[in-house]
Amino acid sequence: MYTDKVMDHFTNPRNVGEIEDASGVGEVGNASCGDIMKIFLKVEDNIIRDVKFKTFGCGAAIATSSMVTEMAIGKTIDEALELSNQAVAEALDGLPAQKMHCSNLAADALHEAIKNYKEQNG
Amino acid sequence: MSNIYLDYNATSPVRPEVLEVMLPFYREQFGNPSSVHWAGRQVSGALEKAREQVAALFNDSPAEIVFVSCGSEGDNMAIKGTLDALKEKGNHIITTSIEHPAVLETCQYLEKQGYDVTYLPVDRDGMLDLDDLEAAITEKTVLISVMWANNETGNIYPIEQIGRIARKYNIRFHTDAVQAVGKIPVDVQKANVDLLVISGHKIGAPKGVGALYVRRGTRMSALMHGGHQERNRRAGTQNVAGIVGLGKACELALAELDEYYDRVRALRDRLEDGVLSQVPDIKLNGTPDREKRLPNTLNVSFAYIEGESLLLNLDMFGIAASSGSACTSGSLEPSHVMGAMCVEVTLAHSSTRFSLGPETTESEIDKVLEVLPATVQRLRDMSPLYNCGRTAEGCETCETVRRI
Repeated sequence: MYTDKVMDHFTNPRNVGEIEDASGVGEVGNASCGDIMKIFLKVEDNIIRDVKFKTFGCGAAIATSSMVTEMAIGKTIDEALELSNQAVAEALDGLPAQKMHCSNLAADALHEAIKNYKEQNG
Repeated sequence: MSNIYLDYNATSPVRPEVLEVMLPFYREQFGNPSSVHWAGRQVSGALEKAREQVAALFNDSPAEIVFVSCGSEGDNMAIKGTLDALKEKGNHIITTSIEHPAVLETCQYLEKQGYDVTYLPVDRDGMLDLDDLEAAITEKTVLISVMWANNETGNIYPIEQIGRIARKYNIRFHTDAVQAVGKIPVDVQKANVDLLVISGHKIGAPKGVGALYVRRGTRMSALMHGGHQERNRRAGTQNVAGIVGLGKACELALAELDEYYDRVRALRDRLEDGVLSQVPDIKLNGTPDREKRLPNTLNVSFAYIEGESLLLNLDMFGIAASSGSACTSGSLEPSHVMGAMCVEVTLAHSSTRFSLGPETTESEIDKVLEVLPATVQRLRDMSPLYNCGRTAEGCETCETVRRI
């Protein structure tokens, strides 16, 4: 049911963990629906230098979290805000239809972290 | 590395002895059992032999067995057929909140048709309070439907006591025994059951065949209309090979029941003791009283992680289990059984069922115990809920867990 890319990111997730002195932290999802994603950012000169994630959720939730960290690193804040959940799913060669609305929240978590960064940095 | 199958409550492989007796009925003995000629006569005897084998397993007479295509059909037929036949008498069903969807969805369909249904609650261990059952009975109650054992937790329900209550109030009693049969003794006389359903593929027969026991003299409308097969109870040419296989599987189950129980129970206990002692922060789902649980079933929740991701990780080691998480149920909600037991919602999403079978070995159990703790820890290290001081979401706030 999952593509090879999803399974690759699920079995070897990139950038798992937390950033101690993060520039911004964002969290989406809730326990009821079974997916919680938390994204930590390190921003320097308006560029995302590092991203880490922690996720409670299914295979798709972990794979999209991992993928979004890879996609976001090196981007400017504005470029990262352009990243959509759809783009993350496409980068994984697609997700099963029933996962598209529940477990495909990684870009939202990234955007929340950016919002948090902007709030802290006026 | 060889695969380890611990999902026998989902389905089981066809037993070699069963397959062997089935094969002649595809080519050599292919007749329609309703035909009068030699080809029909060749198979009608086999059908009746299978009926005797099935009847012997739960102590009824062969004439009371109706062959059906699966457990869901049997449940639908028992419930809808009873309600239709007794519609002059009443319109109220009593069932439980932890039934299989074949019963629950059927009851919900009937509610839309104007029937009244009471869904009995269960406690946090998933057990029933029979005072609730008696209190729910009204003069309009025509059917009580309670499963013999639960597919997710393995909890065994007090069917004999429920049968006594049903008899006392002269109410029809149906039980879905799909998970119980072949694992524990099932006796329709002792338990005063009127309608009982089994499914072939859970006990080493093929998919596509099951049986419904209908106590002699029980009025019931047909679900499937057509020919006169199965004493006009169920139209449609019989699945002869499947039925022959079901008969053999029932014969084996009866002969091996004691040995099966002791062997599988010892392995399950080994797994349960190992998991409970080696993995911290877990919750057993179902009754802690192992005598009141199927000998082959263990359901546990691993705090802070989600069930599907655990299953996929175990699958990488060739271990097949199942989960009550939303992701594996095809809906946004975790298992209704966990919901009915008021299991905290993240724990419901992580509920994981290991169900053992006759082919499970001790070395397989030891392999699971070797792999599981590290796998759980790896996912916990990835989880934002782990080591962050969050408190569990209480039952009062878990809005999305469906409570019937």
